[in-house]
Amino acid sequence: MAPHSGQLKPAVHVENLMRRFAAKTILDGVDLDIGEGEFVALLGKSGSGKSTFLKALAGLDHEVEGTGALETPEKLSVVFQDARLLPWRTVIQNVTLGLPGETGQEAGRKALAEVGLEGRETAWPNQLSGGEQQRVALARSLVREPALLLADEPFGALDALTRLKMHDLLRELCAKHRPAVLLVTHDVDEAISLADRILVLDEGRLVEDLRIDLAVPRDHGDPRFAQIRTRLLSRLGVDAPGRRAA
Amino acid sequence: MATTWDADNVKTSRISPRESAGVTATAKHAASRARRRLGPGREIPFGLQIGPALLVLAWIAGSALGWIDPRILPAPWTVVEAFARLIAEGRLQDNFVTSATRALLGLSIGLVIGTALAVIAGLSRVGEALIDGPIQIKRAIPTLALIPLFILWFGIGEGMKVTTIVLAVVIPIYIHTHNALRSIDSRYVELAETLRMSQKDFIFQVVLPGALPGFLLGLRFAVTLCWVSLVVVEQINSTSGLGYMIDLARTYGQTDVILVGLVVYVLLGLVSDGLVRLIERRVLSWRRTLAN
Repeated sequence: MAPHSGQLKPAVHVENLMRRFAAKTILDGVDLDIGEGEFVALLGKSGSGKSTFLKALAGLDHEVEGTGALETPEKLSVVFQDARLLPWRTVIQNVTLGLPGETGQEAGRKALAEVGLEGRETAWPNQLSGGEQQRVALARSLVREPALLLADEPFGALDALTRLKMHDLLRELCAKHRPAVLLVTHDVDEAISLADRILVLDEGRLVEDLRIDLAVPRDHGDPRFAQIRTRLLSRLGVDAPGRRAA
Repeated sequence: MATTWDADNVKTSRISPRESAGVTATAKHAASRARRRLGPGREIPFGLQIGPALLVLAWIAGSALGWIDPRILPAPWTVVEAFARLIAEGRLQDNFVTSATRALLGLSIGLVIGTALAVIAGLSRVGEALIDGPIQIKRAIPTLALIPLFILWFGIGEGMKVTTIVLAVVIPIYIHTHNALRSIDSRYVELAETLRMSQKDFIFQVVLPGALPGFLLGLRFAVTLCWVSLVVVEQINSTSGLGYMIDLARTYGQTDVILVGLVVYVLLGLVSDGLVRLIERRVLSWRRTLAN
């Protein structure tokens, strides 16, 4: 199957992507186009190949066997599950890592203000809470004005309340900067509240490609929200109504 | 640190729930059946100074009461007099400067070589293949066992002494820096790749600062080893330096001069270790926030 993103010009083009670890096939012929500015969420059970797919897109899968065509924009940022800040660099230094000189400084300060961390420039990462650290990581990604933002379960390690706040922040920032986004997650509600389009990966194949047309911000109580959730959960092998009855 | 075990804290936290329940009268009784404390207890003020102070007091008392034979251990005031005499004659300063120069020269050269080798071996597989083996072999040979060979190669001049110190110092610097470089989290390497950092940025922003704690640990060992090697080379073959001064005093049976030399060594050791720790606190301030 070759899901298409309609009239949008693709930011990402993947064709028949295969990845293998030893004898095990992890990605088994993935085809995908992601349009410019499109927010795509990728769901999948543990071991479905989500992370392998994201690493392939990020170009981080050295020494992994594989074939297939892969086109990604030059300007690409990754947000990891852990904030991955260098503990020996201050917040602002982390945001501007590898950026040249004064322009980088200015952009870094602006990005920090955007994620609500104005005034914390010279703090050490250890002095920040988990949510704040992840916001610094977001600033570090956005300051590079990426055409594609890859996020690997970026809120997985945060508590439920912080996660909701981060959803709002991410939605707001993406609406402003309009990168194409691929958000890998196993939180179905997170995917439905944030994405324009949801994919489900199962045993290395895309088995679902669902466009979400609900108005933003999305109401979890909306019956259509529940419908989509049920459908996705059954795709993930979880029988949602049965669970609720029990 | 010790506040967790602070006796007052323990007491108040034990009594306050009772007070709130209005059973204050039984508090005293309860305290008598208090659980035995297993921790070391409250910190003693100036605790670390008490042991050395008692030793010095015993020395003073023993000498004053004539319990200590001055030929075995001269009285503290004799040592102080010897100290003043050696300074007045200029011998102490001269020998100190000679020794300090050797130590600093050896330490500096060893630091540069050890760090450079560790970085090369840590960042490239070829470097590791060439460097790591020889260093491990050198590590297995006690540096002091090499002195006879060095005397044949370099004579008994400064070259032999500084080389011995350099070779002693290189090992801990290399081992700890290399180990720290190798244990830098691979997640940071992945991060550097996604940020498209240049090789230079990667080394200076990620690798070297990440290995700094290991380097500083190596430095502390190196400083200690540097003084140890100095003492040995100066007592074996020398015509100047603190070790020579001590060795000469042995020949003439001047126990007081020997003691002056030992006191200077103690001060040097403590001061240099304190300096390294000060540097550590400064450059690792990002870590201190964890301890607080």
